[in-house]
Amino acid sequence: MAAPGRLKVIGSRLLQAIPVVIGVIIVTFILTRALPGDPAVYFAGTIADEESIQEVREALGLDKSMPEQFFYYVGDLLRGDLGTSLMTGLPVAEELGRRLPASLELTLVALIISCAVAIPLGILAATRPNSLADHACRVLVTAGVSLPTFFTGLVLIYVFYYVLGWAPPPLGRLDFIFLEPPRVTGFFLIDSVLAGDWETFWGAAKQLVLPAVTLALFTLAPIARMTRAAMLQSLSSDYIRTARAAGLNGRTILYGYAFHNAMLPVVTTLGMVFSFTLGANVLVEKVFAWPGIGSFAVDALVASDYAAVQGFVFVMAILFVALNLAIDILYTLIDPRIGFDAA
Amino acid sequence: MSDAALTPPRQRGALSHIGYVLRSNPVTMVAFGLLGLILFVGVFGPAIAPYDPLASNAANALQPPSAAHWFGTDNLGRDVFSRVLVATRLDLIISVAAVALSFVIGSVLGALAGYYGGIADKVVSRALDTIMAFPLFVLAMGIVAAMGNTIENIIYATAIINVPFYARVVRAEVNIRRDAGFAQAAKLSGNTDWRVLALHIFPNALPPLMVQVSLNMGWAILNAAGLSFIGLGVRPPTPEWGIMVAEGAQYIVSGEWWLALFPGLALMLAVFTFNLLGDGLRDMVDPRMRT
Repeated sequence: MAAPGRLKVIGSRLLQAIPVVIGVIIVTFILTRALPGDPAVYFAGTIADEESIQEVREALGLDKSMPEQFFYYVGDLLRGDLGTSLMTGLPVAEELGRRLPASLELTLVALIISCAVAIPLGILAATRPNSLADHACRVLVTAGVSLPTFFTGLVLIYVFYYVLGWAPPPLGRLDFIFLEPPRVTGFFLIDSVLAGDWETFWGAAKQLVLPAVTLALFTLAPIARMTRAAMLQSLSSDYIRTARAAGLNGRTILYGYAFHNAMLPVVTTLGMVFSFTLGANVLVEKVFAWPGIGSFAVDALVASDYAAVQGFVFVMAILFVALNLAIDILYTLIDPRIGFDAA
Repeated sequence: MSDAALTPPRQRGALSHIGYVLRSNPVTMVAFGLLGLILFVGVFGPAIAPYDPLASNAANALQPPSAAHWFGTDNLGRDVFSRVLVATRLDLIISVAAVALSFVIGSVLGALAGYYGGIADKVVSRALDTIMAFPLFVLAMGIVAAMGNTIENIIYATAIINVPFYARVVRAEVNIRRDAGFAQAAKLSGNTDWRVLALHIFPNALPPLMVQVSLNMGWAILNAAGLSFIGLGVRPPTPEWGIMVAEGAQYIVSGEWWLALFPGLALMLAVFTFNLLGDGLRDMVDPRMRT
């Protein structure tokens, strides 16, 4: 029902994303041009002489005026050209593209873990106020946001690798005794299943558990907090009272009515959680030597490889805008009221 | 929502209200105690540290915690306890400076946008949306990369990514009051727009801002420590929690846990304190927001 209204909402939401993307492009442009001193000197590398610096300056269009440079920059972006990495000599877009699946696999598994724990916990805490679950939820929520991800990661490594010996060494996505599965999606878990190689699947899963749990611990707090608050609000509303009065059973009320309505703010929170996760990803990847775009960016930062860093910032921002867009569209699909209100 | 049930009696004045909230929430009192401790260490850290945080002693390297070295010694034989204490000041300076900057910039931008509306509002809101369109930690990395790898730039980067939070609070608070009776009365009695905005309307935004400051401090500390963990800002011999955890990280896999654990715990404690404080302050300022 109301399909045209909903399409209209989705369309207008897509249009709203355009100025944000333009803003992102402007900011990354400023960041690439705000390099201290002469960007051409940086991009040419440390051993460049005057002549090659001049060459780089022309190649980058730095001898042109700012607005002209901006158009060149946008043109490059449209062609998917993020410049060349100094560290590897390969195009930044290619480097990031190759590493992106590793980061996405980590992020998505972490979010699945954290939703699987946080949402039931939030519901439990809301349905039984002042119970053990409620207190556990409260402690978790306050402690969770105080945890520096890089530190939790190290503690987990110490306990599960050094003391207990359960986890493999924190050195990347796959132990060197395994071969990488043939690349289809770039997600090792999926690719190894597609190839029917269960040993590699378990190998990859083992490597993934600790970093994913580290990230998940970090994202648990906001999701649990929002689930609890939304469930409390939804449970105290009139339609729940009506449903109770009408004699519906507890399960139907809780999951059919209260939870369905409480999902909306939770889904919105997920957008914010993504922002934190993408940032925390960088730290977790560094701790676990995870070969994703985060650790690539950290290496690039240390090596003063600016094109790579700015390319990374740009890709992350676009990824984040896209995710938020997807969440908003999901939102309109969950909530049938939105189609009528906004249209 | 049953607001009435949650709102404690207000007529006895603000102080008794604060007392009421504190009594009903001893956790906030603990948070205030911890804050006192952190500030004390921040001010007197270098004076009470038992050893020189930079003095290395190769003969005494990588010793586990003992009576002489409570937190053990690091790979250069430096006393971890002294380094953790001394680091407190730098971490506090970075986060306080960053939060103060974003407080000021955010307040000015938010007040202008909320009071004047129109074009000013559109431009400010658009700019804030653009900042929020980035994963914030990633944007901070990009800013530090672009502006240069120094402690000041860590502060600026942390300030910039926090500006939207303040600006949004102030904009909302100012916007709902710009045509309020007391604001119009102040204008009619001959006050300029600026004066009405700064002295009559803006102070109303302070309580929610204070909550924001406290919640933000924890996240600013985390953010700054995260940046120095990946090698930005603070240079190696300087004691700072993030970089100490980073230096200790390589010894975790060989079992020397104390190098990274203690600075990490100090960091956690500081962040935890500010978060508790923020939650407690929010209960005082706005009981309805309690979750």
